[in-house]
Amino acid sequence: MSVVYPDNRGRYGDYGGQFVPETLMAPLKEIEDALNEAMKDESFQKEYRNELEHYSGRPTALTYADQLTKTLGGAKIYLKREDLNHTGAHKLNNAIGQALLAKRMGKKKIIAETGAGQHGVASATVAAKLGLECKVFMGEKDIERQQLNVFRMQLLGAEVISVSSGDKTLKDATNEAIRYWVAHCDDHYYLIGSVVGPHPYPKMVRDFQRVIGDETKRQFKEKEGKLPDRIYACVGGGSNAIGMFYPFLEDDVELVGIEAAGKGIDTPDHAATLLNGTQGIIHGSMTYLIQDDHGQIVEPYSISAGLDYPGIGPEHAYLHSSGRVRYESITDAEALEAVKTLSQAEGIIPAIESAHAIAQAVKEAKQMDPSETIVINVSGRGDKDMNTIMEQFQEG
Amino acid sequence: MTQMVEQTRFQKRLKREKNLFIPFIMSGDPTPEATVEIAYTMQQSGADVLELGVPYSDPLADGPTIQEAAGRALSQGMNLTEAMKLVPKMRERGVTIPIVLFTYYNPVLRYGLEAFAKAMEENDVDGLLIPDIPLEESEEIREFTEQYGVELISLVAPNSEERIKRIAEQAKGFLYCVSSLGVTGERKDMNPDIASFLEKVKHYSQVPVAVGFGISSYEQVKLVQGHSDGVIIGSKIIKLIDAHREALSNETTRAGALQELQSEVEQLVKGNE
Repeated sequence: MSVVYPDNRGRYGDYGGQFVPETLMAPLKEIEDALNEAMKDESFQKEYRNELEHYSGRPTALTYADQLTKTLGGAKIYLKREDLNHTGAHKLNNAIGQALLAKRMGKKKIIAETGAGQHGVASATVAAKLGLECKVFMGEKDIERQQLNVFRMQLLGAEVISVSSGDKTLKDATNEAIRYWVAHCDDHYYLIGSVVGPHPYPKMVRDFQRVIGDETKRQFKEKEGKLPDRIYACVGGGSNAIGMFYPFLEDDVELVGIEAAGKGIDTPDHAATLLNGTQGIIHGSMTYLIQDDHGQIVEPYSISAGLDYPGIGPEHAYLHSSGRVRYESITDAEALEAVKTLSQAEGIIPAIESAHAIAQAVKEAKQMDPSETIVINVSGRGDKDMNTIMEQFQEG
Repeated sequence: MTQMVEQTRFQKRLKREKNLFIPFIMSGDPTPEATVEIAYTMQQSGADVLELGVPYSDPLADGPTIQEAAGRALSQGMNLTEAMKLVPKMRERGVTIPIVLFTYYNPVLRYGLEAFAKAMEENDVDGLLIPDIPLEESEEIREFTEQYGVELISLVAPNSEERIKRIAEQAKGFLYCVSSLGVTGERKDMNPDIASFLEKVKHYSQVPVAVGFGISSYEQVKLVQGHSDGVIIGSKIIKLIDAHREALSNETTRAGALQELQSEVEQLVKGNE
């Protein structure tokens, strides 16, 4: 890297940092020191890679989307199949890495926040596997909406803690997980699910997710003998996108992050943080967020629970301001259409989150030349969304 | 003639540096008018400094009691601008003790750092406490609070360890010691190691050392006063106020409620003297 981010204050240009109560400074330092040491330790790296390979099933495939390419008649489309990970999404890459770190630090209890339940399931899964106690904080509203995932976590042996503060969704679950952590940091490890939160979390989660981009680069070169022209990934907090983009930042590859436009970017019901938000602080990090004129955080909206977050990882805020990554937005309706498109063209049912990336790629691939190539990160599978998709198609 | 460093507004208004009682109240809870009267009542109950809370949607450092108070205040339309406007009204009502604004950082950033510091000066705010900026992130706001004569209050925690010295040396107004790890709100037991923690803090601090988080009974007040220069009481005060919510909201019943509140607060900080 020509410029190494984050800097020693945990900043990505103007973004990132540690905007947290004094009580969290010590536990954050403890994690940072342990992380730096672990990342240099070959035995830790080996253990992490071993779990990725033999537990999660990596490397995940890079699938040529034959039918979709032919139908659109433009760029050649490849799909990075993070949906093939154990538990059905990229979330496990990070959960494995952090849980191994927690264990190495001697912490026997982990806490996690979850919105739709994907990160909660990933955390509960690794906790079961590594013999750790797991508490998952989840908003009361999300618990109602995602009962299947709640049961899944409980079946895995985790305790799901209902959060009734604030708006009772992901941002409040995150607040509550942090509050709990402050009081119990001596024996608990907080396993954040995305590239958000105070330093060193955004960097750590990126480094545990970069396996997506590293694999893609290698696999693409094997298949095409070059690098792709464009790469697409959806962005909520932004962990699958950073994981995919990071290894390509210094390459001549166009990177496109897709935010959720919900019911439309010109309506109040969206989650397009970079395109429609303003600079500020959320969950300990300087970044972009959706807020009102008085600096109160506003609840976002997207049909996709995984993109329904009022903030975004600070590195995305930086890549947006530097212009290195182009950010676009896709509405609920466009994403649902893309679910159908990919399901019927390739026999792959994507998560609604991932469908945002697919929708944007489909729009653009048509305009591109058949000699050009693109990769879409299919961050997760759509099984978890069956109810939502069914309701939408029945209504529509 | 001896050379005198000019005193800040905070220093001029602070009448003593021992046995300080610092209550926390939430702007707009139950109503903005009541908040002005409650501030005066706190002073009558013996408050030496007033911490005036600004409600925030995502108060990371706060437990349920203050979260709920913030929620009630937000639904009344309270915000940073309106909270600052309460201060001149408190002065008019006769509040002469230092007033410290307690706000999370995001509303401040949204307001604009310099504009905010200037507005604090214009509204006669003496101090500022931002619970979600540690020393490392405080440089930018500190530049402006110094320029506009506002004391930026620092916090230290039991796990601050080697950071205590650096934080204490920068401390202005009073140094806020977090009694034990966790968020604001009542605790059954005080941190057993609090005495040694406070000794260490006092060793480095040039300003009064006050303890907050979880202090909710006269016994705890006495215990903490013995090892420090003062107590900060938030959640317990909010609860006492909330018990009179209806009477305080209504102008005709307010005076009686304030009188009861005053004796309850006095009992909390002075015992049954």
